[in-house]
Amino acid sequence: MDLSLIIMQLLSGIALGAVLVITALGLTIVFGMLGVVNFAHGALFMIGAYAGLYLASLTGSFWWGLLLAPILIGAFGMLIEFVLIRRLYGRSIDDPLLLTFGLSYILVEGVRIVFGSDGIPFPTPPQLIGVVDLGIGFFPRYRLFVIALVAVVLLVLWLTLEKTRVGLIVRAGARDPTIMQVLGVDIGRVWLAIFGLGVGLAALGGVLAGPMRSVNPEMGSLVLAEAFVVTVIGGLGSIVGAVVAGLMVGISISMVALFAPEMATIVMFALMAVVLLIRPQGLFGVRGRTA
Amino acid sequence: MPKSGPTPKIIRRTALVGLSAGAALLAMPRLGRAADETIRIGFPTPLTGPFAAEARDQVKCAELAVKLVNDKGGIGGRKVELLVRDDKLNAGEAATRTLELIEKDKVHAVVGALSSAVQLAVNEVTRARGVIYVSISQSDTINEAKDFSKYTFHEALNPHMTTAAVARQTLKKGMKVAHLVADYAYGHEMLRGFKRAQAAIGADNVGEILHPFGAADYSTFMPRLMSMRPDVLCISNFGRDQANAIKQAVDFGVKQQMKIVVPVILHNQRLAVGPDVFEGVVGGANYYWGLETQSKTAAAFNAAFKAANGGAIPTDYGAYGYSGVGSLLAAMQAAGGTDTDKVVDALEKLQYDLTKGLQHYRKCDHQSVQSVLVLESKKKSAMAGDNDLFAILANDAGSDDMLRTCSELGHAT
Repeated sequence: MDLSLIIMQLLSGIALGAVLVITALGLTIVFGMLGVVNFAHGALFMIGAYAGLYLASLTGSFWWGLLLAPILIGAFGMLIEFVLIRRLYGRSIDDPLLLTFGLSYILVEGVRIVFGSDGIPFPTPPQLIGVVDLGIGFFPRYRLFVIALVAVVLLVLWLTLEKTRVGLIVRAGARDPTIMQVLGVDIGRVWLAIFGLGVGLAALGGVLAGPMRSVNPEMGSLVLAEAFVVTVIGGLGSIVGAVVAGLMVGISISMVALFAPEMATIVMFALMAVVLLIRPQGLFGVRGRTA
Repeated sequence: MPKSGPTPKIIRRTALVGLSAGAALLAMPRLGRAADETIRIGFPTPLTGPFAAEARDQVKCAELAVKLVNDKGGIGGRKVELLVRDDKLNAGEAATRTLELIEKDKVHAVVGALSSAVQLAVNEVTRARGVIYVSISQSDTINEAKDFSKYTFHEALNPHMTTAAVARQTLKKGMKVAHLVADYAYGHEMLRGFKRAQAAIGADNVGEILHPFGAADYSTFMPRLMSMRPDVLCISNFGRDQANAIKQAVDFGVKQQMKIVVPVILHNQRLAVGPDVFEGVVGGANYYWGLETQSKTAAAFNAAFKAANGGAIPTDYGAYGYSGVGSLLAAMQAAGGTDTDKVVDALEKLQYDLTKGLQHYRKCDHQSVQSVLVLESKKKSAMAGDNDLFAILANDAGSDDMLRTCSELGHAT
């Protein structure tokens, strides 16, 4: 097995992991801050892909789709929070879980009615078609772009949370909402924004995945399972955990694919089982954290 | 029961008819059966999941076959009814639904199933209950002696037929061939078919990668496939797996290095990812609407389908629904009813031409002997219209030579 092949494989794993990270991030932020297990996350990922495709064909440019779809679907997420989720805060964790589970069915069925259940082609943006010669082999330009974009989004997100006043409020709100309210912060608005952000990230994941996979109403269900595995491995609610675990899962899948391709999908569940045995709270999770 | 009560007034009568119809709906299987006039065909198919697009086309075409017979007055004056059930692409679900169709709905025969594992489950149930089953799944394990019964018929092409036809068109002696294969019965059978054809032609196998069924990402298999440096890459998977695998192979620049070949090229998947991705991909098919320039039957089938479906064209897997149900109904017509033994006899003797030319069920294993198409996906600029997807490279006439021999399948000869 030569080295260049292993490096190419590693790169494929990172590209795969990048999509996992961006999707798991939204799931883990919403859980970490709001205590809501969002089962509609996969469906919103799918809606994001359709919205991106629709906006791209409307404007004639992939880039508008990439920019506008997460914002639009994020706003839709805020509407969901405002109309549905908000009423369930303070109740048991099952209530929002069941609500979002039902919501995912409605969203998938809605897309089937509007766009049909066959897949729709999502062309790669013309600037990113083709492969880049890395010296050791060829790698799809689009996948390199996805890796870079996810890195930028992570950086912006980290800077916002760690270095800004908004970030401070968000972090404090996650730790103790009551004190925040006493201090005069409208915690309801913070939660609204967080849910919107989580959904927007799901939509971004969907738009990014669009040109790589076929776009169809069921594309979210597999992603949801993957995102949950990543979230559990990383630790529920941990942003760093989602990033590390996402890349870990992507790279594991890729490396296992090299030696035992049949096992490529199972490896992420095996990884989850091992992590749960050793560290039940996940790699970066806090012990005893409940919703 | 309101049905048998006195009905002095018209208004009351209509009310009662309505009521009894309502009651009949509620207690459907029991009351519906009392008359035992209609002929019921069970039709399990994966309406949900990654093969949903193909399954829906099957239903449309099966309904068309039923409609055409009913329009002509049914079979011996009896109307035909199609009972479609979602098998969810799951063998257990399919077995349960099939058992229900037989026990509760009292179907006279079963047609359907798309996945090989599901077809095995359906066959097991129908075989045990002595009900005719016409399979439209591209797997022929049920034709092998251990799973076969006299009630088992296989209308679809089988892996051996399509891979041989595709290999004949694309492989030459000394070529290097690599395989990306879905790790379940369909993939394994297609791989077996390709390797057999490859050996006969004298092409070399340079490697095989088995991928998990239903994977969303195939990128992790590409670097290794490319490092094998083959001339031809055979991708043996189905439904959305095919669309995703080909798309991602193209993203990695696979087509610059090698030709992509599939055992069965799928109409719906070509639509799902677009012409640029599929351009130049070669695969086998049971049917393509463009056959209408060569075949009067195809033209008639297209026209009937268009009329019933708002101008849409029938697809490859749709055609199976039509020919599967159509051949069964033709046999029932010939047998003069639904008596299982008589229909089995009639199916064995049947010469039918429903979509593309004459077909018949081979006596020993009940495999439908039929023509095989080899198609090449057209590039965008060569397409005359939205539906002009493929060029027909070959239309191999049906013959026993295409099939594994009966003794190979374990049947007494």
